[in-house]
Amino acid sequence: MTTLANRYDFVLLFDVAKGNPNGDPDAGNMPRLDPETNHGLVSDVSLKRKVRNYVELARAGTEGHHIYVEEGAILNDKHRQAYKALRPDDAKVDKDAKLNPRDEAEAKQIRDFMCRNFFDVRTFGAVMSTGINAGQVRGPVQMTFASSVEPIVPQEISITRMAATSDAEKKQRAEGADEGNERTENRTMGRKHIVPYALYRAHGFVSAKLAERTGFGENDLDLLFEALASMFEHDRSAARGEMATRKLIVFKHDNALGNGPAHALFDRISVGRNIDGEFREIDSRIDNYAPARAFKDYALTIDRDNLPEGVKIIEKL
Amino acid sequence: MAYGIRLKVWGDHACFTRPEMKVERVSYDVMTPSAARGILEAIHWKPAIRWIVDAIHVLEAPRFQSIRRNEIGSKVPAGKVKSAMKRGDLEGLQLLVDEDRQQRAATVLVRPAYVIEAHFELTGKGGGEETEGKHLDIFNRRARRGQCFHQPCLGTREFAASFELIEPEAPMPEPSEKTTELGFGTPRDLGFMLWDIDHQTKDKPSMFFRAILQDGVVKVPQPGSAEVRR
Repeated sequence: MTTLANRYDFVLLFDVAKGNPNGDPDAGNMPRLDPETNHGLVSDVSLKRKVRNYVELARAGTEGHHIYVEEGAILNDKHRQAYKALRPDDAKVDKDAKLNPRDEAEAKQIRDFMCRNFFDVRTFGAVMSTGINAGQVRGPVQMTFASSVEPIVPQEISITRMAATSDAEKKQRAEGADEGNERTENRTMGRKHIVPYALYRAHGFVSAKLAERTGFGENDLDLLFEALASMFEHDRSAARGEMATRKLIVFKHDNALGNGPAHALFDRISVGRNIDGEFREIDSRIDNYAPARAFKDYALTIDRDNLPEGVKIIEKL
Repeated sequence: MAYGIRLKVWGDHACFTRPEMKVERVSYDVMTPSAARGILEAIHWKPAIRWIVDAIHVLEAPRFQSIRRNEIGSKVPAGKVKSAMKRGDLEGLQLLVDEDRQQRAATVLVRPAYVIEAHFELTGKGGGEETEGKHLDIFNRRARRGQCFHQPCLGTREFAASFELIEPEAPMPEPSEKTTELGFGTPRDLGFMLWDIDHQTKDKPSMFFRAILQDGVVKVPQPGSAEVRR
């Protein structure tokens, strides 16, 4: 596993069509909105969750790619149980549940063990309650909130269901229904929130110096980019609609500390509207045009002039 | 102030969590000295130096927004890791997010921008050959070129900070609007605010100071001064 020697900054562009990319628990699961600008938001933790899920799918059970923060059932455990049934081994199970590291050296061993085995601890970090200090692993990969490039207008779609959940519900509906109308019986109404179309932009950072500490290597970085590129392909659901990563543009610095401010690099990538094949800035002048409804309604320019020395632009997608 | 630096930092959001409102996080109105120190350390730090924040210039009036997220309710238990290490397998060493979920709201700042004014002292840990000039040069060189150890953040890591060095001869950036909210006209008392956490002492007590926002600037007391309360 080669250690990382370069700082990376990346821009991730993904879109959603007729779906809800990230619900807001405060607003009855409506798509997240920035209340001041009406731009849509997707939280950092939502993107990280998808990266974890992808790694779990793509590298299930391989050495060093376990996922600590899991969703749902743990398949590995089930596999292991099968093995145990086949080959009952006599490993002594530690009954001592309450243990704290005695000293810093032991806390370090524990941290290293976690980093070695778990991809998400190695990548995003984790807080370990090790009695000494909070034993934090600060991961090299930092993700930020994604926000849509244009304001979004979420729509509320009412849907109906032809079945009732329980007997009681069915009776209740039957009483209220007009006689003889078969179709209104035991019907329930539901709600879906969708964004007709939106293009989201997220920024991320990979610190080579923190990667040294957690053992995050080149292979992990490739896996991270692979996950960012195809995580939506494995996250299909009724709520999500059609989501896809459209662009992943990586700035690679030729040293660990970097050769330019991240914000200046990100500013080189501008997303505008594609109006009759022309790039147009997103501002009030395009208000009279029809809203964007597909990725081809957007245009992307990458300013490659006068790049700081030692910075490469790599288009992963 | 011979070794002073000025660094402009800004971002989309920030959350400088108040220690008394940690569960449903509520941010302070302005950046704390301890968060400012963390930003400087993300650019350059060695055990030989200690950053001391002198003042925080607030360039944007504080505006708040609420964000609610699903968070996990527990940390990684060291004991479980140890037993897994002994056993040599990872069974049971996972957290199921669906079963251990907490929804927490965070009240965060929107589009903040600050100038951190700071200097550093030598701690004497680096041996005799450490000079202030060397570290000052390193910091200035890195900040000028946008280099950093890791991308600094505004309170929490999901809110990345953009930064830019303000050259010694350059004028101080002006706030976007000189409103009473930024303490123009009458000073604004922000109450007691976290100064920093004392990492040297056992149990790591927090230290506070009375933050006054006057003409867009919060003056930060020096370490050891009477204004820093424990």
